[in-house]
Amino acid sequence: MEQEIKLRVSGIEKSFPGVKALSNIEFSVRKGTVHALCGENGAGKSTLMKIINGIYKPDKGQIFVDEKPVKIQSPIQARSYGIAMIAQELNYVPEMSVEENLFLGRLPVKKMGNVDWKLLRKKTEEFLKKEGLPYGASQKMKTLTVSDIQMLEIIKAISNDAQIIVMDEPTSAITQREVDTLFEKIAMLKEQGVSIIYISHKMDEVFQIADDITVLRDGAVVETHPASELDVDKVISLMVGRKMDNIYPKEPAQIGETLLEVKDLYSDGVFKDISFNVKKGEIIGFAGLVGAGRTEVMRAIFGLDSYTSGSIRKSGQEITIHKVADSIRNSIIMLSEDRRRYGIIPVRSVTENASIASLEKFIYGGYAHEKEERETVSQYFQKMNVKTPTMETAIQSLSGGNQQKVLLAKWMLRDPEILILDEPTRGIDVGAKYEIYKLMTEIAKDGKAVIMVSSELPELIGMCDRIYVMNQGKISGELKRSEFSQEAIMRFATGTR
Amino acid sequence: MNKQNNKNKIMEKYSIFIVLLIMIIICSMLNKNFLSTGNISNIMKQLAVATILAYGEMLLIISGMLDLSSGAVLAMAGVFSVSVYKSTGSLLVAFLVAILFGVICNLVNALMVTNFKTPPFIATLAMQMVARGIALLFTKGQNISQLGDYVVFGQGTIGPIPISIIFMAVITIIIWYILRHTRFGRSLYAIGGNEEAAIASGINVAKNKYVVFAINGILVGVAGVLFMSRVNAGLPNGAVGYEMEGLTAAIVGGTSFSGGVGTTLGTLAGAFIIGCLNNIMNLIGVDSYIQQIVKGVIIALAVIWDIHSKNKKTAKVILVEEKSEGK
Repeated sequence: MEQEIKLRVSGIEKSFPGVKALSNIEFSVRKGTVHALCGENGAGKSTLMKIINGIYKPDKGQIFVDEKPVKIQSPIQARSYGIAMIAQELNYVPEMSVEENLFLGRLPVKKMGNVDWKLLRKKTEEFLKKEGLPYGASQKMKTLTVSDIQMLEIIKAISNDAQIIVMDEPTSAITQREVDTLFEKIAMLKEQGVSIIYISHKMDEVFQIADDITVLRDGAVVETHPASELDVDKVISLMVGRKMDNIYPKEPAQIGETLLEVKDLYSDGVFKDISFNVKKGEIIGFAGLVGAGRTEVMRAIFGLDSYTSGSIRKSGQEITIHKVADSIRNSIIMLSEDRRRYGIIPVRSVTENASIASLEKFIYGGYAHEKEERETVSQYFQKMNVKTPTMETAIQSLSGGNQQKVLLAKWMLRDPEILILDEPTRGIDVGAKYEIYKLMTEIAKDGKAVIMVSSELPELIGMCDRIYVMNQGKISGELKRSEFSQEAIMRFATGTR
Repeated sequence: MNKQNNKNKIMEKYSIFIVLLIMIIICSMLNKNFLSTGNISNIMKQLAVATILAYGEMLLIISGMLDLSSGAVLAMAGVFSVSVYKSTGSLLVAFLVAILFGVICNLVNALMVTNFKTPPFIATLAMQMVARGIALLFTKGQNISQLGDYVVFGQGTIGPIPISIIFMAVITIIIWYILRHTRFGRSLYAIGGNEEAAIASGINVAKNKYVVFAINGILVGVAGVLFMSRVNAGLPNGAVGYEMEGLTAAIVGGTSFSGGVGTTLGTLAGAFIIGCLNNIMNLIGVDSYIQQIVKGVIIALAVIWDIHSKNKKTAKVILVEEKSEGK
């Protein structure tokens, strides 16, 4: 079938400082079809969609709607071209009512410019009734469940007479019944000639509804095919098919006794049946898609969140962890995935940021030994190759990679036995990544245990001795080094055995 | 190599003291009595209460909070102290009573802020009303006069030095020591700078917040004694708005309202700047309404400057953030 092209992007490039997010993207969507976009985390899907929706400006390239070149500089402009986007993260005002949220930014007004509440109520109620949504117009948004909100967002986008709808992981928070409803709606929209760009990690969904599939990898289009010519295996191998470079300085370490053993860890509604262990000298990986529960497990072990039941043993001894101080006392540390939120204290100096978790080493005998503090910290900085103008520089003025190394130094100062590194290389440049890998290798050779959570499969495969894969709050597989392959990990991660 | 950069840093670090110095020079040119021992001692005596309150505010702001109740709690602790003195005749007991009530009120503040997650602004605003009400209820709205020897705190001297100035000096040293040389002090900067990072570094945030409020309570209690004895009366309606004096001194002194930044000496300088400003405007006979306007403008400028210098620093971080988002 030869439908006309509704949306086409050509030669799109986008760079962020130090990172090339998209290069030379060619991509087109036919009228009245569902076009699925697949790729690993960080492949550039969301960036591309944000460009189409006018949130980012491309450095180069052109967007065509109905084969006419257009310039999209804001989401409002995108809307005027009939492009609507249902974002992965929901945007709504929790304290406002359903009707206000539904018509946010386009509330009906009377002549005098005051809001026409009656009309708003009438319109909203008609809409809710038509769509069969089970809540009232005046209900506060925050009283709705996440899946209710997601459905409302989807229906809101559809109701705007959009011609092109971008759906970024629309089913991540809704129930199976609602997924069915959504797919019915999508089918209906196709009938009406609406084009849909559908981003999802869930392969079964993709193959259920997609007409065409485009695979992105490392910011470039790998291939585009009609869905009928592809299967799950083929798509996964296209997604991960990058060549393994020799950028992982992994060296064999002496693997010793079990250091940490977690058994049947359970947290209500977050994760369950989590059992794993890590030995001295070992680097183990935790793979999984965003939202699989990896970070949540690690936060519980580190005492940032509580867990409902289960046991944690260190060198065979049962330990209880209620707060971070407990895990630090047991020589367990964690480098958080969200450096800005849980890591750095932006306005304080690099020295203070590094010493904050080991103050008893520098403040004793009634006063602060600042010289000793500076010298010790600076030794660790040298080891980690931290580049900072002075020891008093505020950490916020360093690059992401250097910030990360300062935070690693902060924990190394405590000489921990078990290190949990959550996305340790996220958002940092290649050189700094390599340095962090090297440090990990050295730490492991020192007889310590490293747990690395990462969404970058090559990094896990390159650095780990074993990999646990999580899917929907559970460990869905464990792989030995000899069994490592991106395909195998993705299978466990997407739950498609 | 980077001389310009270094110079900027020095300017940034010591700018507040340079401002104070310039101000003193200008003031001494405007009025030759300004630098007389009598006038300087006068400025410091007037400053003592506000400076002590400013230290409490500074500690709270550094750790990401503030106290709007200190003026009212000061009055409440003050009138309790005065009346205890009148019935027991013991200066020591009266002094301790003021501290006790200062601490109690602030522990309630801490309870609201940490256990009930009330924003400090609201919690301490409520405390302001309650404490003022208690002070008025207890005294039936009447001033307590004839304090006798109680006035020694605010008016007495040891040798040539006024006791209130000694209080101020000793407290300055203690607060400086706490912030600079204790783990607690370091933790406050971390908590105010990024509370979640502080928790993830193993700092007991709730406990530290209780302690910082308790210290604030001690300071407010001491300020209550000094205030009442200086005016030689127990004034249940006294010290209205003094929390603002304290806040102003702390902010002008470089304490960042976004938390994590501030020094004892900076706050001291801030208090002196405001004290000198008040004093010189009185000496040269500026209309008291105009005085208020001038003070308001100075506070606004101080905060604008603070935010401006911070924006320059964060510009780089935003780039880094973009980068990680792009991944």
